[in-house]
Amino acid sequence: MMKTRTEAIRAAARTLLEEGRVDAVIGYVQGTIPLRAQPFVAYTPEECDRFIWSSFCGGNLASIASGRTDRVAVVAQGCVSRNLNGLVHENRIQRENLYIIGVPCIGMLDQRKVEAKLFGRNIEFLKRDPEEDLGEIVVGGCNAMGECYEEVIKRRDVKRDNCYTCMHRNPVGADTVVVEPVSETAGGDINAVATPWMRFDADRRWEEFAKNFEDCIRCYACRDVCPLCYCTTCFVDESNPQWCGKTQDSADVQTFHILRAFHCAGRCTDCGACESACPQGIKMRRLTSMLEKDVRTLWGHEPGMDSTTKPPLSTYRPDDPEDHFK
Amino acid sequence: MKEIELYEPRIVAFFCHWCSYGAADLAGVSRMEYPASFRAVRIPCTGRMSPKFILHALRQGADGIWVSGCHPGDCHYGTGNYHSRRRLELLKNMLDYIGIEEGRIHFSWISSAEAEKFQQMAIRVVEAVRGLGPNTRLVKSVCSNCIPPVPTCDTMHECYEPLEEIPGAPRPNGSCCGGNGL
Repeated sequence: MMKTRTEAIRAAARTLLEEGRVDAVIGYVQGTIPLRAQPFVAYTPEECDRFIWSSFCGGNLASIASGRTDRVAVVAQGCVSRNLNGLVHENRIQRENLYIIGVPCIGMLDQRKVEAKLFGRNIEFLKRDPEEDLGEIVVGGCNAMGECYEEVIKRRDVKRDNCYTCMHRNPVGADTVVVEPVSETAGGDINAVATPWMRFDADRRWEEFAKNFEDCIRCYACRDVCPLCYCTTCFVDESNPQWCGKTQDSADVQTFHILRAFHCAGRCTDCGACESACPQGIKMRRLTSMLEKDVRTLWGHEPGMDSTTKPPLSTYRPDDPEDHFK
Repeated sequence: MKEIELYEPRIVAFFCHWCSYGAADLAGVSRMEYPASFRAVRIPCTGRMSPKFILHALRQGADGIWVSGCHPGDCHYGTGNYHSRRRLELLKNMLDYIGIEEGRIHFSWISSAEAEKFQQMAIRVVEAVRGLGPNTRLVKSVCSNCIPPVPTCDTMHECYEPLEEIPGAPRPNGSCCGGNGL
């Protein structure tokens, strides 16, 4: 738990609810297991004391705010605030009903990477969670024999993939920012790593693509956690015509992931919630980051930087590039 | 000894009602020859094109896709093809990225007066896909033959019944129009 941020969030949330400026505050509370934070909606000032901010707030609270008609405040780091801007543009939430509690973010950690460093040892607690980008976390636990351990892990070794290349760590368009801003980018170059398969030939690219998604169990966690996915009937649930079969057939799984990524094109803020939510550790950002790179190079668009710009696929310019058209 | 068979690809072609579908018609009434390996699907506008259609065709076993519509600026509905241009550009880049060969997916702008461009494009698409061979990627396993193969024949008689065997059909050597290549 990050102390300064946690206390600032609690104070901001409590003030908002006490003054009656919002009906609910959406934030994170400690999950039932270590290295997890779960979303929580607080309706009373007392409930605000449960809020936390840690290195494992890897979901996306914009998806919980999406579609709400009451006045809500949302605890948002850079990516989530951009998603909220996008949702305001898409009329999923009215800006006057929304209050953004901005949290400058130093990058979230990937609990899988932490687990991999511990070689199967049981994690029972997160002892230290510093508020410096290059700090070290301390995790520990005991086994059934009563043998305990503590391990010091460098934050920069276990960050989530998307947090290495984050372009906007400070909230965009926030109503209040609870701590001092951090450096705007995380340092990594997203354009250099967005298309890792591009250097291969077509056969190898297909192999990599098929391998990447072969473990998918079609639980749709990536879809459910994503703030961009709010269709009343998702294309995977449509039965007539059935665009995507419901089986584990590789063609069905691949169709799902292609279309899911494509539906997010030009709107994805690279928040990484899909990968964090996936129980199988599938890297679906391989597709979305490729699409977003294309969106940047073809049409110079960066999603969610304000709530007025149209997403690139719902607008056009007469002189758009058309390399594939003859 | 087995002869090497010429592979006939199965191509699903989506033509805009106002332009490319008209070009296909004009090419037909102008007696222009072009390969018969594609199934034309008429869509109201290329703006109607969804990535689902292209993926669905591939899933059903199509070897190639061809989408054709009005030139930008000439859309019957004003801006449909401008929107589809962005969408299809992005989709093709993506399919290319995941390893669907570049030559399987083709897009073109053909107005209803450009029968010759239609003919050239048809040949180009079919030959490009023929060169790549059957598509195995993204094809649903239970659906290897959902799109029936194109009948291949050197002469009409191999594919179709001779006219004289159909009752009521005009005889080739009849009084009206027979025999001399008319």
